[in-house]
Amino acid sequence: MSWLIKSSIGRKFVQSISGLFLILFLLFHMSMNLVLIFSYDSYNFIANEVLGANWWAVAATGVLALGFVFHILYGVFLTLQNRKARGKDRYASASKTKTTWSSQNMFVLGLFILLFLGLHLYQMWYQMQFKELLGIEGFRHDSAQLTAEVFSSLWVVIVYELAFLSLWFHLTHGFWSALHTVGWNNTVWMKRIKVIGNVFSTIVCLGFAIVPIAVYLGYSNLLG
Amino acid sequence: MDKDINIKVKVWRQNGPKDKGHFETYPLENISQGSSFLEMLDILNEQLINEGKEPVVFDHDCREGICGMCSLYINGHPHGPDQGITTCQLHMRRFNDGDTITVEPWRSAGFPIIKDLMVDRTAFDKIMQAGGYVSVNTGGVPDANAIPIPRHDAEMAMDAAACIGCGACVAACKNGSAMLFVSAKVSQLALLPQGRVERKQRAKAMVAKMDELGFGNCTNTGACEVECPKNISITNIARLNREFLKAKFAD
Repeated sequence: MSWLIKSSIGRKFVQSISGLFLILFLLFHMSMNLVLIFSYDSYNFIANEVLGANWWAVAATGVLALGFVFHILYGVFLTLQNRKARGKDRYASASKTKTTWSSQNMFVLGLFILLFLGLHLYQMWYQMQFKELLGIEGFRHDSAQLTAEVFSSLWVVIVYELAFLSLWFHLTHGFWSALHTVGWNNTVWMKRIKVIGNVFSTIVCLGFAIVPIAVYLGYSNLLG
Repeated sequence: MDKDINIKVKVWRQNGPKDKGHFETYPLENISQGSSFLEMLDILNEQLINEGKEPVVFDHDCREGICGMCSLYINGHPHGPDQGITTCQLHMRRFNDGDTITVEPWRSAGFPIIKDLMVDRTAFDKIMQAGGYVSVNTGGVPDANAIPIPRHDAEMAMDAAACIGCGACVAACKNGSAMLFVSAKVSQLALLPQGRVERKQRAKAMVAKMDELGFGNCTNTGACEVECPKNISITNIARLNREFLKAKFAD
């Protein structure tokens, strides 16, 4: 299995599979967030009974963390190698080749999302699952109320929206690129997977983006 | 109508592989727009020789777009601003009076500069030597219908075989990746029954050589496909990924 580290396509394969795994997670996370708009009680049920500090949720968190670690480490590793492969001398006449902006900036977008992730984990996950697991004082069971508190300040909402925008750019390239790297592409499917990727990214990011705004404007817990 | 134009050419000069290198700008007068880009460089060199200066070194051979020798990065594009052509097929009518044209060598760790605009592209030969062939004695020419090949496959193999190995894909890539070249060379054989026998071994050997020579990891930006003078499709890269992963999982 050393080819997953030593070979370029092997490394890209790991990057793709971890990326596709994170995409599935995003879909789940987005769906769960939408519940917040309708009912705080249902949201708290999902956060505490379905997830919470249950063994399966802790195990899933571990697997998820592994997915992130692989994706981030390989991303850094690949980017450093690519900079080296490009050589020390840069072109004086900057590249005018027409490519999509996101495909050229996956690392920067990823870095911004990672910074956001740090904030997000501190604001949410640390206050709930982490504190409960380690028995730290003041852990929160009222996840919906915690979320509402966090989204009551404007700067948090803006930071979250910016992160979702970066995520959209990251996904529009990442989705089709991941499938391309695992070999699932040809002249016919190229357009299809790009369209599917764009539609998927838009749905996921819109789903994410609605929630902080809705909560900030007071349109949450509509069904009580 | 083609006119005669006055231009400035900003050329990368570098004495040898270890030299630091710098740009020099040369004015050129009365260049016919009907002349080719390489003819313009010939005129420049003539002018430099007459002035007692050293001429600019650049690669060229057939000057009809099939040998893959010419290799200039012109105004931000490998092979210049036109699409689907090599540098030798580029004409001065793409430029206007008073333009300053920036001419650089391919820049990539895999293609070290030999002198001025000439780079060492033997890395591509080494990749080909690693597996870009069919190692069987074919004997006499078989009947054309002895091995039936679906038309679609034959066409795709032919499209991949159009690659002339000029290295524009590497030059255009922000990652210095040679995946478009390697994928075209793997595809042209993997699509045909004669090449299918050694497909696993070939994909592994050529990718291993490509990595060893310091080319980067493809991130599917698609820049290579845009600049390729032979319009090789990046779907070949998906095929290479498929070939390589299949071979590795079969081990």
